[in-house]
Formats: sequence, structure tokens, C-alpha cells
Amino acid sequence: MNRYSKQIQLHQIGESGQTKLENARVLIIGAGGLGCAVLPYLASAGVGTLGIIDGDKIEKSNLHRQVLYTQNSTGQLKVEEAADRLKEMNESLKVELYREFLSAENALKIISNYDLVVDATDSIAVRYLINDACVVAEKTFVYASVFKFEGQVSVFNYKNSPTYRCLFGEKAQAVQNCEEAGVMGPTVGLIGMLQANEVIKIITGAGEILSGKLLVYDTLSNKQHTFSFQKNDELKIDHDFFRKKHLKENIQETTPSEALSGRKLLVDVRELHETPEIQMKDLIRIPLSGLEESIHLLDKNFELRLFCQSGIRSMKALKILEKNGFQNLKSIKGGAREILKTLNDEKEYIH
Amino acid sequence: MGAPDENLKKTNMIHIKYFGAIAEVTNCTSEKLESKTYSLKEIIQEINKKYELKHIPLKYALNQNIVDKVEGIEISENDEIAVLPPFAGG
Repeated sequence: MNRYSKQIQLHQIGESGQTKLENARVLIIGAGGLGCAVLPYLASAGVGTLGIIDGDKIEKSNLHRQVLYTQNSTGQLKVEEAADRLKEMNESLKVELYREFLSAENALKIISNYDLVVDATDSIAVRYLINDACVVAEKTFVYASVFKFEGQVSVFNYKNSPTYRCLFGEKAQAVQNCEEAGVMGPTVGLIGMLQANEVIKIITGAGEILSGKLLVYDTLSNKQHTFSFQKNDELKIDHDFFRKKHLKENIQETTPSEALSGRKLLVDVRELHETPEIQMKDLIRIPLSGLEESIHLLDKNFELRLFCQSGIRSMKALKILEKNGFQNLKSIKGGAREILKTLNDEKEYIH
Repeated sequence: MGAPDENLKKTNMIHIKYFGAIAEVTNCTSEKLESKTYSLKEIIQEINKKYELKHIPLKYALNQNIVDKVEGIEISENDEIAVLPPFAGG
């Protein structure tokens, strides 16, 4: 008898749903309270590959709610202990372990390897990181969080639906996580189970997904509420946004090679008498001193690359344009001098 | 015939629900509020004043729909407002 026959006989699942589960690659971020509920049920349901990322070791005070672990496993790495337990449950499961915490440096690389992500973490800061990485990598993620006897569940970025930032904005602040506030095992277990349920529905296409909806469950009263929320269309979470928020690189500058490639419009913000003049097809001269009055000459849809002599005035020009709603902008590092050097290599445009 | 008496102006009965850490501050998960204002923004200011909630970032839902901005929204009799903090734990 097929070990999955009892779920296959559900018409919403069937053989095709089971195959989808077996082909799925799901990343669970966090092997704590939520993770310990999500992981065994996904493993047992036949999800083909589970990625687990967590840098923590098992502590005694985890055991009351992190039920994958035993009193003999304290001091061990959570991901290793979890993997051992899960493989005992289902030998056909493939487990991919990351013995570290999710970070700005590894998030995009790790998340892009999976079809679906589960946020089973315990800090709001990392939830923003997960949100932004998932939006950039175009992955849906199943969110949940717990406070004492209550929990929240939602599915973000499902078919371009709202995200965590659409819901809580820029400034969500932790009041307390489970370690600080306290929690009962059944509460975090129930909420993690709701996450596992959403994962299965997403993969198999069964039922309704909690997309654009926040489910809030109170285990003390057994009351639940589902609140709707909208996508924030003004928010553009792309690589630049990710770098600005999490990597703090200077994303406003670029190289001459980048500026000269593709369909970009170069904007020379030097005064008109300044040399050396650079003549090329997609170039317009608008001195910085007259930029504010000449903004109407520029189209916001173009990719603009600004330059001056060395790169200082072009940064000023960039700030002015940003204030006027331009987004597709970069300042060319090294200015006209560097552009000429690059063009010299191509020996075409020198006046 | 005198001018209309301000004290007889109709009040709205609004249902407020509190979640998470907010419910701990208010010491209840729900209450009924009688308010003279129809403005969601002003009702929230009343709640904030009553419980000193000013400094905690929160979302508000009106009849199960989370609002983006509280400005310019009018409420009606028997409307339900939910005060939603994000949870952190997991």
C-alpha cells in the first residue's frame, strides 16, 4: 500500500497533487517552535526536498515546544537534529542543511534555490530580510508569528500579491518574541500547523490561500479573525532596494562601461564650455546650474546616466532628479575622464 | 425654539478589538466605545490617549479590512475597529 494513499484519495490532492509534493523544494527558515511543527508534517506528507536553515543549538528551555528535539539532544545543532529525525520519518526525503543564520549576504543565493519559503523565524528584522529577498527572487513565502497565546499567519508574494511590507509598513517593531514573552507549545504548534497547511495548499492548488489575508488566532478564546489588506503599489522591492536596505552598498554610482552599454541616455551636467566634449548618439548636455528648469527635457522612463568632470556634480544632479520622481538613475563614477578612457578603448567617439 | 443642543448630538457605538501586546496594555481583548466623532483618526487618538499607545507602531482594521492610512475614513454605527500589532515570536 502506498504510504500516501490516505491523502491521495482526497480529490483535492490525488496522484497529481502527490507528484507535485514530491517535486517540491521548500525552504524552512528557522528550526525552532514554528519549524518543529512545519517540518515533520511536510516531511511526512511527502514533500520531496526540505531546506532547513538555522544557526542555533538546542537548549533545555526549547524542549517544551520544539518537539522534534529530545532531552538527549541539547547542545546539538537544531538543523542536524531535525534532519536526523525527519529522515527517520521518511527515508525518501532529501534534506539540505544550512548551519548558519539567514543574512543579507546569503539570503538571495539560498532562497533562489527553492520553490517556496516558510518564515519560521522569531525576529521582525529577519522577517523584513526574508520579505525583500523573496520578492527579489520571486518566491512566495508563508509567514507566521506568535505572541503568547496568539498567532498570525499569512501568505506573502503569492502571484504578485501583497507582502509583509504592504501589511506592516516600514516600521514594524517587535514587542517580544517567544523567549522574552513566553509561549505554550500547543500555540506555536497550532500556528506552525497552519503554515504547513498553507504550504500543502499552495503546492497542490487545494482550497483558498491566505493571500492578502492575515489570520489571527487566539488559543485562549479559540476566536479567529481574518483581516484583508492591500498591496502597496508604490513600493518597488528590487535589487537596488534590497542592497539599500540590507547591504548598504552605494547603488547610485556606476561605471562608464555599464553606462555605455544597453539603451541608456547619458546626461552631461557640466557647463557647456567645459571640455573635453564627448560626442555620441544617446547623450544630452544639461548643465547642473540649469537642471531644475530643464527637467521637462528628460523622460522618467529612460535609463539616465549622469556625468560631470569627476563625479561630484553628477551626484548632486542625481539627488535633484530623485526629488523630482526619477528612479532609473545612476551617476557615472570618474565622470568625463573615465568615460573617455573607456571610449578610447573603442576609438570611436572622440571629438 | 433654541439652537440645537450639542449635548444631544448622537454618539456612535463602536466595537474595538485588541490583539497581542496591545490587549495586555488595555487589559481586554474587546470593548465598546461611545464616540461623538465619525472620524477613524480621531477615534484612534481617543484610544491612544486612554491607554498611552502613542509610541507603538500599529495597524488598524475597519470591519476586517486593514486600512493603509487612517486619515479621511469615516466610521458608522456598530463598526468594528481592530488594533493590530505585528507579532515577533516563532
